[in-house]
Amino acid sequence: MSSTNKNIEPLWWGLFSAGGVVAAFLVPVHILIFGLAVPLGWIPDTGELFHHPLVKIYLFVLIALPLYHWAHRFNFTVNDMRLGVPRGPLALLCYGGAIVGTVMTLWVLLQL
Amino acid sequence: MGDKMNGTAVRPDKSKLYYPKMPRTWWLQKPAYLLFMLRELSSVFIAIFLIVFLVQIYQLTKGPDAYAAFVQKLSSPGWILFHIATLLFALLHSVTWFQSTAVVMPLKLGEHEMPRKLVFALNIGAWVAVSAVILILFLAFRG
Amino acid sequence: MGEETITLNVTRYRPGEDRAPRTQAYSVPYRKDWVVLDALNHIKDQIDGTLSYRWSCRMGVCGSCGMMVNGVPKLTCAAFLRDYHGQEIRVEPLVNFPIIRDLVIDMNDFMDKLKSVKSWLVRKVEKPVTEGEYRQTPAELEAFHQFTQCINCMLCYAACPVYGLEPEFLGPAAIALAYRYNMDSRDQGRDLRREVLGTHHGVWECTFVGECSEVCPKHVDPAAAIQRTKVDLAKDWFKSVLLPWGTR
Repeated sequence: MSSTNKNIEPLWWGLFSAGGVVAAFLVPVHILIFGLAVPLGWIPDTGELFHHPLVKIYLFVLIALPLYHWAHRFNFTVNDMRLGVPRGPLALLCYGGAIVGTVMTLWVLLQL
Repeated sequence: MGDKMNGTAVRPDKSKLYYPKMPRTWWLQKPAYLLFMLRELSSVFIAIFLIVFLVQIYQLTKGPDAYAAFVQKLSSPGWILFHIATLLFALLHSVTWFQSTAVVMPLKLGEHEMPRKLVFALNIGAWVAVSAVILILFLAFRG
Repeated sequence: MGEETITLNVTRYRPGEDRAPRTQAYSVPYRKDWVVLDALNHIKDQIDGTLSYRWSCRMGVCGSCGMMVNGVPKLTCAAFLRDYHGQEIRVEPLVNFPIIRDLVIDMNDFMDKLKSVKSWLVRKVEKPVTEGEYRQTPAELEAFHQFTQCINCMLCYAACPVYGLEPEFLGPAAIALAYRYNMDSRDQGRDLRREVLGTHHGVWECTFVGECSEVCPKHVDPAAAIQRTKVDLAKDWFKSVLLPWGTR
């Protein structure tokens, strides 16, 4: 096996890509609905739909994957902006944050 | 000194080279770089939106009143402005992502590569369709 | 005679004498058919013989005359004075490289990286001449032809902010050339190149800014080559991790 297999960057890049696809296709309409339409009263919503199991699976994908998209992009961006954040802790914050977010999402959805 | 007969070139004296420093504000110095940085930062806004959305979903575990109260909070001018900004950033992400898709994963049209503008248009079409389906399903089943 | 002139502000740097580069202004004839390289040659021939710069073919195929023209990496043999009419022209050495002298930069890092990706046909088993030539269909050629057009001018390295920030990054042209050989049906060196491409300073350092492809004078599109290499390497990685018993 090649020595570059020990480098797990392909994992983060793969998750970044998957998250990017989900964010690109699904996030704008959700911002429109839940960030604008519902709060402004254009579409009343009680949240009942979130109890449905299929909807919960959809919500898990919608929320969790783009967190890995953020993690990978943010990790590189903070480095590129030369803000003086050391690489190791930054990576831990980013990918660790995405993992924590994933667990939190799972926890919330399982409680519904 | 290098050995030109055996093919090793002469390397410059490192002590006399001038090493230019890249300024920390490099991304503000070209429009293309600024657009790149905004694209990267769009991921931050998207992530914040999703966490706020998760918190909203979490309110449901505390009952429908908690959910309604949270939705009410989101109607404040501050939150509306945040969501408008986030929507703009999300649109930036979507457009640049679909442009990238054509580059990263070329599709074949017969024997040749599909033109990138076509791949982009197909992605946009799919995105509009998916968004419409989500909106319709939400309107139909929100209860 | 009163011929129209245009001003070139050219970077000067004398190794061992100057602590930092400075700018020297030269007034050259403004000729509609002249390129910046013509202006530089005029300076060297008629005004200041001490100016140093690289050039050769003057027709955009050798890749020698790359410099920054008004902040944009360009081949000076392809930058027409008439496109800068009414302005002063700033001519600087390619950014992101150490400066040897005046407009001449140290390109050894790039040459080393080119070697490290084995930018030549690699065969596991050499095909003897008696077995005849390698044959390729038009489709097989089309798969890599665009990426053969690289003239090693390094404009892409000057355009790439990642290379500026992380000098160990392999960079656009080296990766594009690795991709060119990986996609060549005659080549069998994909595994060897993966060792270099798959490291942190390989393809994974690229954040797809895309400026490399914007400035490439031969339309090689190194950005595409890099992203497609990421896809290939990621596929290989996931396969080797999820199906470790699979044959490669």
